[in-house]
Order: sequence, then C-alpha cells, then structure tokens
Amino acid sequence: MSNTTTSIAQAGTRTVRFRIKRADGHKKNVRWEEYDVPVTSGSEGSGSANVISCLQHIAANPVTRHGERTTPITYDVGCLEEVCGSCTMLINGHVRQACSCLIDTCAPRDGDVITLEPMTKFPVIRDLWVDRARLFETLKRTSAWVPIDGTYHLGAGPMETPDEQQVRYKLSECMSCGCCLEACPQYLIEEDVENWDSAFVGAAVISQARYFNMHETGASTKKLRLDALSEAGGVSDCGNAQNCVKACPKEIPLTESIAAMGRAVTVHKIKQFFSGQ
Amino acid sequence: MAIPSSEQRVIVVGGGLAGLAGSIRVAEAGFAVDLFSLVPVKRSHSVCAQGGINACNEVARQQGYSEFEHFDETLYGGDFLQHQPPVFEMTHWAPKIIDLLDRMGVPFNRTDEAQRALRLFGGSLYKRTHFSGATTGQQLMYALDEQVRRYETQGRITKYEFWEFLRPVIDSDGKCIGIVAQDLRTMQVRSFRADAVVIATGGPGLVFGKSTNSVMCTGAAASRCYQHGVKYGNPEFIQVHPTAIPGADKLRLMSESARGEGGRVWVPAMKKNGEWTPHPTPGMAPRTVPVDERWYILEEKYPAYGNIVPRDIATREIFGVCRDGFGVGGGNMVYLDLTHKPKEELERKLGGILEIYRKFVGEDPTEVPMKIFPGVHYSMGGLWTQYTPAAEYERYESGEASIDNTRVWDPHKRPACGLDAHADNNMMTNIDGLFAFGEVNYQYHGGTRLGANALLSCIFDGLFCGQSVVQYVTRRAKNLVADRPQAVYDESVEGEHKKIAELMSRSGAENPYVIAKELGDVMTRESTVVKDEEGLNRALVCVSELNDRYAQMSLADTSGWSNQNLTWARAVGDMLILADPILRGGLARKESRGSHYRPDYPDRNDKDFLKTTIATFDPVTKQSMISYEEVETGLVKPRVRDYSKAKAKGAPTASNAPKKQSAPLGETVGTGSGGAS
Ligand SMILES: Cc1cc2nc3c(=O)[nH]c(=O)nc-3n(C[C@H](O)[C@H](O)[C@H](O)COP(=O)(O)OP(=O)(O)OC[C@H]3O[C@@H](n4cnc5c(N)ncnc54)[C@H](O)[C@@H]3O)c2cc1C
Ligand code: SF4
Ligand code: SF4
Ligand code: FES
Repeated sequence: MSNTTTSIAQAGTRTVRFRIKRADGHKKNVRWEEYDVPVTSGSEGSGSANVISCLQHIAANPVTRHGERTTPITYDVGCLEEVCGSCTMLINGHVRQACSCLIDTCAPRDGDVITLEPMTKFPVIRDLWVDRARLFETLKRTSAWVPIDGTYHLGAGPMETPDEQQVRYKLSECMSCGCCLEACPQYLIEEDVENWDSAFVGAAVISQARYFNMHETGASTKKLRLDALSEAGGVSDCGNAQNCVKACPKEIPLTESIAAMGRAVTVHKIKQFFSGQ
Repeated sequence: MAIPSSEQRVIVVGGGLAGLAGSIRVAEAGFAVDLFSLVPVKRSHSVCAQGGINACNEVARQQGYSEFEHFDETLYGGDFLQHQPPVFEMTHWAPKIIDLLDRMGVPFNRTDEAQRALRLFGGSLYKRTHFSGATTGQQLMYALDEQVRRYETQGRITKYEFWEFLRPVIDSDGKCIGIVAQDLRTMQVRSFRADAVVIATGGPGLVFGKSTNSVMCTGAAASRCYQHGVKYGNPEFIQVHPTAIPGADKLRLMSESARGEGGRVWVPAMKKNGEWTPHPTPGMAPRTVPVDERWYILEEKYPAYGNIVPRDIATREIFGVCRDGFGVGGGNMVYLDLTHKPKEELERKLGGILEIYRKFVGEDPTEVPMKIFPGVHYSMGGLWTQYTPAAEYERYESGEASIDNTRVWDPHKRPACGLDAHADNNMMTNIDGLFAFGEVNYQYHGGTRLGANALLSCIFDGLFCGQSVVQYVTRRAKNLVADRPQAVYDESVEGEHKKIAELMSRSGAENPYVIAKELGDVMTRESTVVKDEEGLNRALVCVSELNDRYAQMSLADTSGWSNQNLTWARAVGDMLILADPILRGGLARKESRGSHYRPDYPDRNDKDFLKTTIATFDPVTKQSMISYEEVETGLVKPRVRDYSKAKAKGAPTASNAPKKQSAPLGETVGTGSGGAS
C-alpha cells in the first residue's frame, strides 16, 4: 500500500482509455485528451473502480497516453454515493453521475473507451465542471419552500397519510443534478442571467412546485407558484418529449408532475379569467 | 470597500445542517448573513446521512422514555466524556426540533394513523429515531436549504458558493472580525468583514484517506482555525463504523440492519490444532468455500450476541482479523453474508441498502456475500468551545440538588441545569466572536456518538446556539465591523497570497495526491480502531516525513483559474497539521474509553482521564501541545459502561418491555440492533 499509482497498476487486470473533453472556460481552448487508466475488476482488489476513482488516478498521474504531462482534470464532486448531484456529466454521450458509473459495467473489456464531456446546458467553468446556478435561481422563481412563520416552537406540522408521504418523499429526493434538463430539448443553455426569469424552468422545478403545492402549509402560496408556471418559460414550454423522466437517476415521476402542474395551471388561468384578475 | 455602519453582519462558513440552521436563526433575528460553502449548500455532506434523528416522542414517553433518558443514554454511549449541560439542553430541545422540521415540510415516514413513524437505533431500548426513508439527512438538508433560499430572496442571506474559507481574521484584541476566502472559480482571494463568524465546516474524514465522508470533509477549515489559535478538543476520538463497502474512492456505509436481519460476518480460514490460520487461497469464490473453512468471527467469540454486538466491538474484531492476515483475498475485507436468507424476504426488508450495494459494487448481495470493512465515519473531537450553564446547574454540581430520576420526567418542569439560553458564548471557541457548530464542534458526543444523534446536535447548534451569536453581536460587537481599520484585513489577505505563491513555486518531485493517500494509510493503520504507543509514535514519525515530502511537492497545475490542484494541495498541508493532535491526543490518553481503544491501557481511568483533551497549536514547532480540562459531570455521576450486562439474548426490547424511569439507569440502556446507520 505505498501509493495509488503502483497499487492499482500492479493488481490491474486491464486498461481503460478515457477520452476527455477539456476546456479552460466556457468555449475556451476546448480540446480532447486521452488517458489510459489501469483498473481492477469489482470482485478483486479494494473495491471496484468508477469514473471518479479513475479521475483521481489521473490527478495523481497527470500524463496523457501520449506521454505528455498535463494538469489534473477539473470536475465537481461531493458525496460519492449519488445523493448530492455534484458529479453529473456526459459519459459516453449519456448524462449521469460519474460516481455511480462503474467501470466494470460501462467498460468491461480491456481497451474499452469511455468519453467524458461536461453538461451542455450550463456554462463550463473548467473541463467537466459546469455552473448550475440557474437551477437554484429558478427555485426562487417558483417559491420552492414551505412558508413557515419562523423557527419558534409552534407545535407539529400538518399530519399526512403514509400514501401522501410516499408521493412527497419521491418528489423530495430531487438532488438538483440537472440530468432532466440536459436531456430536455426545450431547455436551452442561457448564459445571460437577465434571461433566467423568462427561460424555461425545466422539469425539476415544475416537479418541485408540485411538491410544495401538495403540502398543507405549502399550498397557502400555491398561487405564487401557479402564477410563475403560467408565465413565459412556465409549464407550457414543455414539449412533452418525456426525455426528462428517462434521464432522472432518482426515478422521479417527472411526466406525472408536469401533467399535474399543467392541469393546475389551466384551472388557475380559467379561475383568473372568470374572477377578472 | 464601504461598509454600511448601521448594518451588522454575521459570517457562517459551511452550509451543512449546522450552518444552514445557524444562518436561518441569525437572519430571523434581523442580522445580515453571509453564507460560505465549498459547494452549493444543497450538496453539502449532510445529505449522506441515512438513518435518522433522535428525539423523545409521545409513544416512547408513554412507555417510560423521556428527554432525561435520552440525555442519560447519550452520556452512557459517550463513556461520560462529554460536558453534561449542553447534552441536557440538546435532548430537551430535540422534540421541538422535530416539530420544526415537520412544519418545514420534511417528508418524515408516517404510521397508518398519519403520525410520524419511529425506528429503533443503537444505544436505546425505545423507538426514538425519526426518519425519512433511508435518506433522512438529504431530506432535512433540503428543508433547511429551502428556508435559506427564502431568506435569500428577501436579501437577508447572501450565499458565497464555491468559495473556500482560508483563515479567520483576528484583530489585536484577539477578536474574530471576519475571514479570508477564495473564489474557487476565479481564484480571487479577499477578506470579508463580520461582527461574528460561525464555523460549521463538518468533519475531517479525509485525514484518514478513504472514509464514509464526502470529499469535502478534509478538516482543512478546522485545521486553519486551529493554526490561528483556536483550541481543538478531544482530537483522538474518531468513530469507526463496522460495516462499510470498500470502494476504490470511498467507503460507502452499509447499514447495521443487514446484521439485524441475519447477516453473518465471516472470513475464509483453516482450523489447525484448534487454532484458526489464514486460508491458503483467501481469494477463492466465497460460495465455493467449504463450511468448515468459514470462520464466523463474531458468532464464535460472542455466542450470545453473535453478529449484533455493539458497533465498537464489531469494528475491533473485523479490524483485528484483517490485521492478522485473515482478510478476504488477503486484503482488508470480511464477508457480510445474507445469501442464506430467502431472496423475497431480503428485498422486502433490506431493499434500500441492497440497491446501494448493487449500484456501487455491481454485485447482487442476495447471490454473493458482501465484502465489508470498518470505515472512519465521524469525529467526536473538533474545535473546542465554551458555554454558560443555566442558573441552577451549580446547585447540582455542588451536590446541593440532585436529579431525581425515579419520578416521571416532566420536560416542562425540568430544572434549569442545561444551557443559559441568553448567554452570548454558547459554542464560542476560545477566540471571541468565533463560534463552532455541527460536527466541527467537539461537544455532545464524548467518547462515542450514538447513531442519529449527530443530525440533532448539528441542528441544535444552529438553532439554539445561533441565539448566542445574536446575543454576542448585540452586546459585545456593536458596530465592530465598520470601526475596524482595513490594515488587519489586508495583512491577512497578503498572508494567503504569499502561501499560494509559495505552493505554486515548489518544484520538487512529490505529488499532493500521493502524500494524502499515504497520510490516510498511516492514520487508518495506527490511529483508528486499535492504538498503542509504538504505533502512534510510528505514525508521528511518518507524518513528520510526509511533512518533509510535502515541502518537496510540486503542482501539476499552476494556472490562475479554477485550480483544484492548488486547493487540494493546500488542504493536504492542513490535514497533515491536523493529524498531529489526533496522534498526540491518542498517545497522551493512556486509557481506553469509547472509540479510543488502547490495549496497552485497556481500562477506563476516570481518575486521570475523565478530562477533555485540549490541543493547542505551537506555531514554532508546528506541533500540538496537549493539556486537559475537567469534564462537567454535575448532573449524572459517571458509571461503568458495560453493554454486555445490560442486554442478554432474549432480554426485553423496547417493543415488548417498556421500562419505567424507576429502573436503575444502567439497566435501561441497551444496544438496539434495529434501524440503519
Ligand atoms: C454516510 C453517513 C451517514 C450518516 N448518517 C447519520 C444519521 O443517520 N444520523 C445522524 O445523526 N448522523 C449521521 N451521520 C453524521 C452526520 O451526517 C454528520 O455529522 C453531519 O451531517 C455533519 O453536518 P455539518 O453541518 O456539521 O457539516 P457538513 O454537512 O459536513 O457541511 C460542511 C459544510 O462546510 C462547508 N465547508 C467545509 N470546508 C469549507 C471551507 N474551507 N470553506 C468553505 N466552506 C467549507 C462545506 O461546503 C459544507 O457546506 C452520517 C454520516 C455519514 C458519513
Ligand atoms: S417532457 Fe417537457 S420537460 Fe421533459 S424533456 Fe420533454 S420537454 Fe423537457
Ligand atoms: S428531477 Fe431528477 S434529473 Fe432532474 S434534477 Fe432532480 S434528480 Fe436530477
Ligand atoms: S458525487 Fe454526489 S452524486 Fe456523485
């Protein structure tokens, strides 16, 4: 156990080639680099390799397969167990989390190639690291919180049946990773912060609006959320391509949420029409 | 930069549960909050917590449980090393904290009657753990994150995400008046002014290489405070969880419910002359290992408990057999075997954790035994903090009054012997104006933390002690921000610029990733489950060599933007410095207590060591000086911690034999085996 380099190399049973799209900033000096990384298979050694452990290997040995010394790859990472959403990127063209992408599964044979690219719907900070600030900003637009009166002790919250809890729990698992946005044909990159308020909110935020509207206290600000989703960039921008639900690693029922909010927005608009607001 | 003199500001460093709760409390009181985090706060390490959060509740109460019992269990679990007033206050606040989280919309699991569901957890005979699926930490985080976002829209909280805290700014009076931080995208370094600073930066798992922690948990922020004069409490107390999945990059937690449902721990071995010896082919396919070549290590040594022995015992045993060369494949792994159980039952009872195993190992635990190993999990130690006991504590301390634990505990009539809610120093470090909340605070858990008490302590710190920050700013720091001359800020920024330039200019052959890996290896080997004088000394030598090699390091990346190579290399330096008090604290503590186990001093020694270890940084030698502080034990007299006596096979569990508070306290504490992490 002297260092990562040797221990992996000695026990290594095969080599996986990484093709990585690098950049010094958004659209700055975009280039591809290739690295050969030795990996052990899952049943041997100290646990199976995944894309992050290979990026860690490259960081400790920043040399391309052509022998050029480079810099470690820059990327976003946190929990390493697919609950924080940080490490989202395009792996072999598909958007997913790098930490739960096992090499044994996605590159089982010697010489297999894995391509890594940054998400395309968000500006690149550097290499595989993108800035998803818009996603968090959009949550503000839809008042994505329960409007409690403050932190003083006012007793328990509203009661809820196990069935209701199960539906809300599923929606609450959204880790703001952005896979659904990357996969959505209607969600386009928007670098200008000024336009974030009118650009499409995307599936995750629509689903969050449903989550808060379902909560007894959250429902008191239902109108604010429906107003936001009625405006430009709201739920009507969705083209119903359903790519989002297939891309979501947490299996959040996004199309159900979109349909539910679509109906709610329609009812909301009709009511507004008749009440003359 | 002009600062509005009328506006008082508080900086919170860290957006995990502790930092978010603290930000909310301070913003609610009307002060502007600047919230710093390495990552978008929603992605903080707290999202990893699975099992739940403890609090007395009505069902348990009617079975004889109480806030007092929760308090006592926590002390007993922690081997009485914790100051008692803060623990007393925390456990009495716990039910209110659950109510508040409930109001914020946390989807807690529900019973058929729509009440909050409860599960059993280690260290208690009562169901007192509230949970939200197997992702409780994530759900609590999101609820607090949402409230913070709400304050953001009102302009009361400003977030600085992808910013790294580099050091506290401390003026000539020894007061903390701000911080220096760096934008991880542009690499800009600048100072921020504040009337008070809260450090809520979580634990130091990465000092041990691979752990169950997230990659941000380097302990670097705590180390930087320590290097600037903040004392560090109980550094040697590190919790190791018995069952984690070894991974190439991380040790992912495998809940203890796998053993609760019948999982068996074994290693391949050969019995020769009645003695187990390592197997000649330890890597052979597990299902082909003959039955008489399987050593069920826990069942053999602990016939009554078998695989459900308490965490620290299981950890020591697993660690021990691997050290003796019995590990699977000759490595650091043992089998946790569920394959003898019916598939359908496993899916129904353990579906969630089986899924994690499948996802990350790529194998099906219903077909192949899981390979697990203990993993560094939590730090009881952290920045040393002070507090003010409530008015009546002294009477209990002096023996004038005593807690009558035979009457039914009424939380509304509880004596005022916890914390003074109006004090301005609760969880403030030895530096005025610098507070520490959450895992980075050394309070509450003593020698070992009970499962599901960490989330509680994080939120309690934020909500309760956040009030102290408000008091401090109101009373002691009036308009401090505007009054301070710019020079001290500029000097601090200059110091960090110099440090960066120096790191960038190094040109040796060493690599920071390799140094960190070796630090992790030696710390895990010598300073986790089993420690002794020789090993700790070896580790000190090793760390000192690593420090020398660190000086011979060079960065592969010297660019001036988004340079993660630089931030990592800088953190590695801080980890090396933090390793020193962890080792020296362990060396000096010549006893065994909680998670600190020294076979060369196998017994607890209250006479000499019922004391907090305090490590102080010596800027000249770069080493720690160890001293001790008395533990405040005025409420419950420390007693022997012996879980084997409290529960034998077939002994009552919470569901079938609720106990009255009148039972001797030692007997009411058991080792529940249900529940997750
Ligand atoms: C796998 C796992 C499961 C667990 N399960 C449970 C459980 O079921 N119940 C329980 O009670 N406890 C559990 N724990 C323990 C508990 O999760 C942690 O103790 C707790 O979440 C720590 O929260 P925190 O707010 O102190 O810090 P963290 O959540 O670690 O947050 C730290 C914050 O500080 C920021 N930060 C750090 N350094 C810097 C810096 N230099 N500059 C700027 N910002 C910085 C980070 O970005 C982050 O926002 C578990 C722990 C693990 C590892
Ligand atoms: S269903 Fe709507 S949100 Fe989902 S991918 Fe299609 S257009 Fe996008
Ligand atoms: S809905 Fe799913 S894919 Fe979209 S951000 Fe949330 S977790 Fe990610
Ligand atoms: S690192 Fe958290 S999802 Fe991959």
